[in-house]
Amino acid sequence: MELLLALIVGALTAAGVYLTLRARTFPLVLGLAFLSYAVNLFLFAMGRLTVGQPPLIAAGAAGYADPVPQALVLTAIVISFAMTAFVIALALKARAEMGNDHVDGRHRP
Amino acid sequence: MSPALIAALPFIGALLPGLAQRLGRGWAALAAGAATALALAGLFFHAPAVLHGEVISARIDWMPTLGLNANFRIDGLGMLFAGLILGIGLLIILYARFYLSTKESMGRFLTYLMLFQGAMTGIVLSDNILLLLVFWELTSLSSFLLIGWWRHLPAGRQGARMALVVTGGGGLAMIAGMLILGRIAGSYDLSVILTQKEAIQASPWYLTALVLILLGAFTKSAQFPFHFWLPNAMAAPTPASAYLHSATMVKAGIFLLARLFPALSGTPEWAWLVGGTGFVTLLLGAFISLFQHDLKGLLAYSTISHLGLIALLFGIGTPLAAVAGVFHIINHAIFKASLFMAAGVIDHECGTRDMRRVNGLWKYMPYTGVLAMVASAAMAGVPLLNGFLSKEMFFAEAFGAATQLHLGWWLPAGVTLAGVFAVAYSLRFIHDVFFNGEPVGLSKTPHEPPRWMKVPIEALVVLCLLVGVFPAQTVEPILAAASAAVLQGPLPDHDLAIWHGFSPALGMSVIALMGGGLVYLGRKPVFAFYDRHAGRLEAKAIYNALLEGLFGMAGALTRRLDTGSLQRLLAVVMLSALVLGAAGFVGGSAPLTGSRPLLPVDGVSLLAALGLVAATAGAVIWHRQRLVALILVGSVGLLVALTFVKFSAPDLALTQLAVEMVTVVLLLLALYFLPQHSPPESTPPQRGAHLALAVAAGGGAATLTWAVLTRPYDSIAGYFLANSVPGGGGANVVNVILVDFRGYDTLGEISVLALAGLGIYALLERLRLDGPEHDAEGRPWDTDIHPVIVAALGRLVLPLALLVSAFMFLRGHNLPGGGFIAGLVTAAALVVQYLANGVAWSQERLPWEMPFFVGLGLLAAAVAGLGSLLFGYPFLTSTFGHFRWPLIGEFELASAMVFDLGVYLVVVGASLSILVRLGLLHRLERRAPRVRPETKTAGEGR
Repeated sequence: MELLLALIVGALTAAGVYLTLRARTFPLVLGLAFLSYAVNLFLFAMGRLTVGQPPLIAAGAAGYADPVPQALVLTAIVISFAMTAFVIALALKARAEMGNDHVDGRHRP
Repeated sequence: MSPALIAALPFIGALLPGLAQRLGRGWAALAAGAATALALAGLFFHAPAVLHGEVISARIDWMPTLGLNANFRIDGLGMLFAGLILGIGLLIILYARFYLSTKESMGRFLTYLMLFQGAMTGIVLSDNILLLLVFWELTSLSSFLLIGWWRHLPAGRQGARMALVVTGGGGLAMIAGMLILGRIAGSYDLSVILTQKEAIQASPWYLTALVLILLGAFTKSAQFPFHFWLPNAMAAPTPASAYLHSATMVKAGIFLLARLFPALSGTPEWAWLVGGTGFVTLLLGAFISLFQHDLKGLLAYSTISHLGLIALLFGIGTPLAAVAGVFHIINHAIFKASLFMAAGVIDHECGTRDMRRVNGLWKYMPYTGVLAMVASAAMAGVPLLNGFLSKEMFFAEAFGAATQLHLGWWLPAGVTLAGVFAVAYSLRFIHDVFFNGEPVGLSKTPHEPPRWMKVPIEALVVLCLLVGVFPAQTVEPILAAASAAVLQGPLPDHDLAIWHGFSPALGMSVIALMGGGLVYLGRKPVFAFYDRHAGRLEAKAIYNALLEGLFGMAGALTRRLDTGSLQRLLAVVMLSALVLGAAGFVGGSAPLTGSRPLLPVDGVSLLAALGLVAATAGAVIWHRQRLVALILVGSVGLLVALTFVKFSAPDLALTQLAVEMVTVVLLLLALYFLPQHSPPESTPPQRGAHLALAVAAGGGAATLTWAVLTRPYDSIAGYFLANSVPGGGGANVVNVILVDFRGYDTLGEISVLALAGLGIYALLERLRLDGPEHDAEGRPWDTDIHPVIVAALGRLVLPLALLVSAFMFLRGHNLPGGGFIAGLVTAAALVVQYLANGVAWSQERLPWEMPFFVGLGLLAAAVAGLGSLLFGYPFLTSTFGHFRWPLIGEFELASAMVFDLGVYLVVVGASLSILVRLGLLHRLERRAPRVRPETKTAGEGR
């Protein structure tokens, strides 16, 4: 199971890096979304993997998953949403001001 | 008055001149003067006790865990310096009132001056060296503002920048030195450090700490080779020069030598570093001073020379030398401040300070001439004036040190030579300015300055005389108290008499006076010699070359990396991160796989993981077809949510699910305004390189994740799990952490969210974008923007969704849910309304604009936090209780719910602010006149 998660994080990171290096704003936004997934999962993995033991206090529970990374990642998800939204707003603004969606603000000849 | 209040008063006073200025220029000066006078009175109140050898202290814990406390002390040394700073400050305020032209803002100048005064007072009254560092940096900053006062003059700007670079750089070195010193001594409090001499000097870190601290002191006190900033700082208005460069700022370094004298002195390293630097500075300053044509330049180099003299005395290090050093600090402050002010008067009346043009002023301003003559005679060391007394003590100490340490003839000869030059430049100051022919080409006829401008000079000149004639009756008590504080031990026998009988020191004084006269008489060949070789002594050129080299290097590096392409720059950043990450693995011997037992793989998980990887790969492959890529990203998000479900994180799964929905809507909206396809831009080699970079980064991330996941670890989770129910009153530990244990973090996070929402709101205001008329395949968009079925369904769903949201919110403390999730669910529900019915239709039905909810939410969260203060608990402490209502039964309420409500409101407000703005772009676009079907109902579209 650990190997699967490692592969998922790796694939998400690779996709994120490749897409953020594209020359147009939209793939860049998608790339940032992928990187957010990767980072959030990676942070979550700091608490190691636990199956079937959510951190909800109950009598007779066998154990609990680490709640600390979960709390961190929860806010990180919301913040990455805000960041994605901000990047989109910038992309739209750039498109409106410069008439194209190249990240450098111009069409290459 | 508490020492802390005395240090605070100038800062309080800094607030006043700007306000008082509205009443008139005089009022601004009066306000600043009143604050200074009050602080001075508070200081004098302690004088009897301090002169008796007591130390007045005030302790305020600031950050005790760091050792940074706002501890103040007034001992003899602090009293002497604070008295000089505040006393001369008072005179300078009076002087500045008449010096500044009516076109200049009196309030602003006095505000800067008071800030500087506060910083200096803080330095000399601090008992904690970290606090001292804070004030030390403040003097650098406030002096920058004062030196660069005439910002329209390049000389002012360059001088200010140079002073900041040199003194600020020294300050950085000093921070490191002070940290080492505090670590050795075991405390950052001076009261402890001063008693730890043996421990400090035995430490292997002693020399490092000493050199770093001396760097700070020498740069501030303009010691060779850092002296060059002081003459360049003469571009400051004269009140600032008189204040900063005679009595205060340049004395800060000397003060530090005196302050740390008990802890650091007495070693050969100290003697050679401090004494050697002082000796070179003394000679160099005195020599160059003679050749300055600028009146203030002459005074600046003379100041450098006198500072070197004091440093040399502390470097010699005998108790009597320390007393002489303290004495000369007092005397130099008095005569140099008055000379600077006299120079300012001359500049003010003649419009220039060039001594080749300003001649023969005796006829025009004899009164000022007399004052300047007395002061410069004190500077030269003429008997019956204060400068003579300390200078003779200095000569005696230099002679004594040379014979005791068998240094030979060079030390007495060197200091006598410096004395010769001091007499010569003092003579030049008087002879060139007041005699020596007629003024050359002045723009106005000089006359005596306004009455009140002379008062500060008179006061200081009278002091020169009084101290010079009656030293034992005037200066002895404070000198004894200050010297005792410097020595932290018994005072040596010292006799402040004018006549000591025939001694080597008297001989050196006589030689200096006569030699100085001779040098001045024969100055023509000396001037010619200097003019031929002046360039070699110009430290400013070296400084400029160094600075230009640094800028050039930084510029070249930047140009290489940044070619104006963000794409390329991002690749550089990614590559650097990769290289740094990989460097961490190099040389490590730890195995890649840890010892933690692995979880078994089941078929569903394998399938989901494969699906996730495939969707990711698909998004990359088809990224140019934007809609396809977007759908794939959405599905990846859903699979990530499922991953959270699998690994016991229901809260995360819910959050991810809700965020995913809102994000996809957002991206769809964006896509409407952006081109539907990405044209191929990169060349195949570029793409290959990017792919390699991406694969390497992915490989690194996967390896790292694997290494982490297979290792056992210690977590602080136990504390939260154990205290969640008894301490926070909730069974959902994640939610309790968010709203209770780490509520402060969450408050910060919702603030970021709020800022992002408002930022986008502002960014997109009045933005107009032309949306396409056709989709990617060339089909025109459907004219029916809001299909009836969707609209009807959407309205049906809304109450249900809001109910779910309320349910999520209420159960959040005990079961998966909470403010974040409930907020996102509400946002999603409202987004559906916007989509189905149009932004305008929905906006009309909401009571307030969305940013209002953001503000309301932040307010609720802050009030929930502040509420605990009312009950005497720290910020954001929560409480909870059990209640019983009829019908509903027993339930629990936690005050953290109010905080969570704030979170909820911010999330709703911020998400919708963003979406509504994007939706409004759309509305503006559709407003363009076009044929619409008549069947549309009134509310729709608009």
